[in-house]
Amino acid sequence: MGRLLTVNNLTTEFKTERGTVRAVDGISYHVDEGEILGIVGESGCGKSVSQLSLMQLIPTPPGRVVAGTAEFSGVDLLKYKKKSKEMCSIRGREISMIFQEPMTSLNPAMNISKQMSEVLINHLNVDKKEARERSIDMLAQVGIPDPGKRIDDYPHQLSGGMRQRVMVAMAMLCTPKMIIADEATTALDATIQAQLLELLHSIVDKYRVALVMVTHNLGVVARYADRINVMYAGRIVETGTTKEIWANPMHPYTEGLISCVPKLGERLEPIQGKPPTLINRPNTCAFLGRCKYRTDACFKEPVADLTHFEGQHATACNVRLKEAGR
Amino acid sequence: MTNQETTTNVTMDTAEGGIAINNLKMYFPVRRGIFKTKVADIKAIDGVSFSIKPGETLGLVGESGCGKTTVGRCIMRIYKPTEGSIVFKGQNISEVSEKKLRPIRRDMAMVFQDPYSSLDPRMSSGSTVGEPLLIHKLTKSRQEYKDRIDELFTIAGLSPDMADRYPHEFSGGQRQRLSIARALAGDPSLIVCDEPISALDVSMQAQILNLLQELQEKSKKMSYLFISHDLLAVQYISHRVAVMYLGRIVETAKSDELYSNTCHPYSQALLSAQPVPDPVEEETRQRIILTGDLPTPLNPPPGCAFHTRCPKAVKECSESTPVLRDIGNEHYVACHRV
Repeated sequence: MGRLLTVNNLTTEFKTERGTVRAVDGISYHVDEGEILGIVGESGCGKSVSQLSLMQLIPTPPGRVVAGTAEFSGVDLLKYKKKSKEMCSIRGREISMIFQEPMTSLNPAMNISKQMSEVLINHLNVDKKEARERSIDMLAQVGIPDPGKRIDDYPHQLSGGMRQRVMVAMAMLCTPKMIIADEATTALDATIQAQLLELLHSIVDKYRVALVMVTHNLGVVARYADRINVMYAGRIVETGTTKEIWANPMHPYTEGLISCVPKLGERLEPIQGKPPTLINRPNTCAFLGRCKYRTDACFKEPVADLTHFEGQHATACNVRLKEAGR
Repeated sequence: MTNQETTTNVTMDTAEGGIAINNLKMYFPVRRGIFKTKVADIKAIDGVSFSIKPGETLGLVGESGCGKTTVGRCIMRIYKPTEGSIVFKGQNISEVSEKKLRPIRRDMAMVFQDPYSSLDPRMSSGSTVGEPLLIHKLTKSRQEYKDRIDELFTIAGLSPDMADRYPHEFSGGQRQRLSIARALAGDPSLIVCDEPISALDVSMQAQILNLLQELQEKSKKMSYLFISHDLLAVQYISHRVAVMYLGRIVETAKSDELYSNTCHPYSQALLSAQPVPDPVEEETRQRIILTGDLPTPLNPPPGCAFHTRCPKAVKECSESTPVLRDIGNEHYVACHRV
């Protein structure tokens, strides 16, 4: 498997009246071709912002990518201007995004046919008739019954699950190399969510597209992701293959996340407290206030960088790294 | 409705707390045209019966549009049910007038899903929690009122000196704690929790679940109706669980029984659709992926409403409506194929 995307030291800041919020704080990770990467974390941990940053979709001002590189098939995405020709030809063609709320990502005043054809006409220069045919074909592939008819529907005529299928179809139209699914199934019902996850998985398999799943639901990534990045307060605190992380969660936050999902007959162990504010954070570990393994040294030392432990497993916990002799 | 009635203890004595609901129906009329003539009914709830004993938690599970929230709202009498009885504190509150409802409502409270819209942004958190005390005249003096608010804040795990703050200064989890403090003000015997943790982050969800459970253990007589689509949370907090589909209960049993011996095909599908956060277990787990969407309650399919998506459906399923029947061990299922 070749490397598809290498993100290095990505840092995104937002200027607010109360100070600068460092939403993404120097994260580095990679995505391989055809793999599924899960990015897990609570709201406000920077998981969405990091993805929007590389797509250059951060509203500026107040947001700004202040440092970092994102090398995607040999080019640095962050070098391009937001509205440059190069960036526009990558968005939707090389990298597609699927967002949480399909009703807000689809244009309510345009029928599906028009919205889908637009993608093909802009990126691949096909004519209207062919664009429509290919759209219908793609709708059929994502399991929309009677796609020839449904393509003339407007978004409000479709159910939530159907709309999200349309979003998947749209994301796949130009057969991109990578799809970023930002909480794509969160707003859906359990049974519909299961349908859609299976669909995404089968499409990724079939076309060998890399999929980045951004979610707060550990269950979703446990089943589908090959690797997982756990994010907290703008940083990646743990990364590894799904199995490595489950068998041996290194970072206390990951451990907490896993143990606060209800299991039968066991008392829940919630993580106490709440995430810290991201304004003018000191250089110590952000999880400090909620951590049950903290030592006095944690309060003084700057937080460790993501350090490899074994296999693909890496963590940024001072205490755990010391225990492991790193 | 013969079998369905036997599923609940309709004659249950609710004087000590708890609630008994019998054959509850809630139809919303669909009106069209300039005369607003009624053209159809949306049958949001179509014959639901259950009871909750004092100190018990009933989990009500189902997908959006199945009527679970409507059940909660009928119990609170936010809606006046079309038909059926709700027996609470020994009286049928489904017919009681608004005026007579007020003292009854002291004994029941509701916690809503969205802690952002269920708290008044222009009321300080202290007065939000204290409002029920004033409405029901539960405190005699200014000092007593203040003390009670402090007490409620502490019970809900908030610091009493936060009482001067406004909702926007609280995080999601803290806001939900505020809603719980407000719900506890009248010392209720029943709390309807409508998706109380759905809008929260995972680590906050666990905190709120534990808080609810501790409160119940302390009071001993407080009942919960816990409405949620999150099966893992429901399994964790509930003593009994009822699964709803398109306005009806399709399966109900004790919590461990329902999860270990799931009988209705819909419950099975729902359970298997729930992602389990464990990659090893997920590898071996069989998944039932349902096809299609939930049908509209405006025009529900004939017979068993689930037959359009059911992997086990036979001809009979589209012809006659199955009723809940006892399959032993207080386990009731409404399915022809079980």
